[in-house]
Amino acid sequence: MAALLGLSPAHWAALLSGLSWTVFLSLVGFLAGGLVGFGVALARISESAIVRRISLAYVNLIQGTPLLILMFVLYFGLPVLGLEMPPLAAACIAMTLFSAAYLGEIWRGCLEAVPRTQWEAADCLALARWERMLLVILPQALRIATPPTVGFMVQIVKNTSIASVIGMAEMTYIGKLINNATFQPFRTYLVIAALYFALCYPLSWLSRRLERKLNVAHR
Amino acid sequence: MNYSFDFSFLRDYWPMLAEGLVLTVQLALMATVLGFLLGTACAVASTSRSRILRGLVGLYVEIIRNTPLLVQLFVVFFGLSSLGLKFSATTSAVIGLTINIGAYSSEIIRAGIESIHRGQVEAGDCLALSRWQVLAAIVLPTAIEKVYPALASQYVLLMLGTSIASQISAEELTAAASRIQSDTFRPFEVFLVVAALYIALSFLMRGMFWALGQFAFTRRRRLGTPL
Amino acid sequence: MSPIVSFRDVHKSFGAVPVLKGVSFEIPKGQVVALIGRSGSGKSTALRCIDRLETIDRGSITVCGHAVSDPNINLRKLRQDVGIVFQSYNLFPHLTVEQNITLAPRWVKKADRRKAHELARDVLAQVGLLEKIDAYPEQLSGGQQQRVAIARSLAMHPQVMLFDEVTSALDPELTGEVLKVIEELAKQGMTMLLVTHEMAFAARIADRIIFMHQGLIHESGSREILRSPSTPELKNFVGAGL
Repeated sequence: MAALLGLSPAHWAALLSGLSWTVFLSLVGFLAGGLVGFGVALARISESAIVRRISLAYVNLIQGTPLLILMFVLYFGLPVLGLEMPPLAAACIAMTLFSAAYLGEIWRGCLEAVPRTQWEAADCLALARWERMLLVILPQALRIATPPTVGFMVQIVKNTSIASVIGMAEMTYIGKLINNATFQPFRTYLVIAALYFALCYPLSWLSRRLERKLNVAHR
Repeated sequence: MNYSFDFSFLRDYWPMLAEGLVLTVQLALMATVLGFLLGTACAVASTSRSRILRGLVGLYVEIIRNTPLLVQLFVVFFGLSSLGLKFSATTSAVIGLTINIGAYSSEIIRAGIESIHRGQVEAGDCLALSRWQVLAAIVLPTAIEKVYPALASQYVLLMLGTSIASQISAEELTAAASRIQSDTFRPFEVFLVVAALYIALSFLMRGMFWALGQFAFTRRRRLGTPL
Repeated sequence: MSPIVSFRDVHKSFGAVPVLKGVSFEIPKGQVVALIGRSGSGKSTALRCIDRLETIDRGSITVCGHAVSDPNINLRKLRQDVGIVFQSYNLFPHLTVEQNITLAPRWVKKADRRKAHELARDVLAQVGLLEKIDAYPEQLSGGQQQRVAIARSLAMHPQVMLFDEVTSALDPELTGEVLKVIEELAKQGMTMLLVTHEMAFAARIADRIIFMHQGLIHESGSREILRSPSTPELKNFVGAGL
């Protein structure tokens, strides 16, 4: 088979496997990060000052450090402490911690955007705290939260590329390997960029569309 | 788990860390200033009447926002040099980071421009101000004031993003850390120290942006309205 | 002497909706004209055409010797001669009262700082707000903001002032202070066109009333026409207003 865009079929097969790891890592980042992030969001508006302070410290810690450093700490640092850390595990944990902090902050904002009166109204109906959250606040916050959440998924996908640095064989890593073999960096990295674009653009587009819809509904 | 921390590497290696820190600050500063200018120009272009100009800016913004910074830096550093455009690692980092943050700045500033009431522009027109005067004296100052917090957090993210420049061998803080840890085999301590430096830097940046905002937006300072 | 503003058979539509269907009138120097009519009668559009905030489809408009309907008109020259005050004030929120007023004199007429400052003091004294020179718009009441907007226009020394329902956004108790400023300008001989809902005010200061109805001048004349309208439409309108 002829080379497509200067890359052999074997290269394309490798890229495809890299792409699937990129998607996998993104999903882990989103799902696990979302789970932890939801906890962070709740903790950030908790009635307990200590819980609020600890969650804020966590957010500041993650949002103040480059993701690359976080990966280094996990990948190089933890084994020294006696914890074996393959690249995949380090990348998954790093993406989870990273996404949780940012998603937690985004969602906290959305929870706080639900008018105070709604919380009070729920209290007046003698709903328990979890009932108030589940039945009254979350359904309203969910609508506000959807566009920025989809928007942040783009950040997750793009940031998985950093896992290449610790040797995780996702798309950027495969790109580096192909470049080492072909010495065609310009072409290779443009192809890689195009593949990322194909993953991210639909999410960006969707996020924008949802946001416009929400703005119209609010008017 | 029985681990005794050892930070003694700091004694020998602190100059290396300091040099890396300086380059990190320089990269962040240059990309912020240049990216702000580029972003402002693009935001203005994206509100222009020319469809071609609007389309070009839109394309640039979408491409940058939907691809990883790491790959962008690879294209600039490895890609362009293979085409004969050779830049040093540091220059490539500045170019790549500027192009990257320019796109984000453009989107944010454009949102600010679009939020300005049409009557403001009309009032400027009616006072016989030229199109550029309206832009410079009325539209941009109010737009940027409105989106200043969003811009500031984007620039803090950019500062953290400079760590990725280590991957094209720019000798900034993260690169220095990698070198030190491979010399000392003290990765945990080295990266903890560097993480602390980044956190300190991001707090410092937020403080500086706050101070700059107080200085630049006189009205906010005088009336005490939060930014 | 040629009139300051002259409309000849002006037509204008927004899409398929005709708003002006052949409007002709003149404003001689020093005259105060009140443009009245129901909303949708085309009066605000007519006013906006004078400063070329709207372009017309047919006919011609001449303002202070500028052919407004000419596509190659020098807009900045025209707008130096025309002052306009809007319903929504449109002060620049990031600038102080003084900076709002001196912006155009400094950038357009290249006045130096000291001269511009004197100018700001002059026009602010005229509208009775000298003590607010360093305030920001959001620190002022609606009536005060509108007076600053008037001062801002005056600072360009226009030959004609246009007022587009300038009191409609104000509480009744703030309307008076703005009308007083306009009345003072009328006394000084400023040429003015007011689009207004304040019938009593129009009757007091206008030299001429133009009643617009369905995109045409339906009736016009001295302020007497408000007391004894000759068309049923104006009678109706005045009756409803009082």
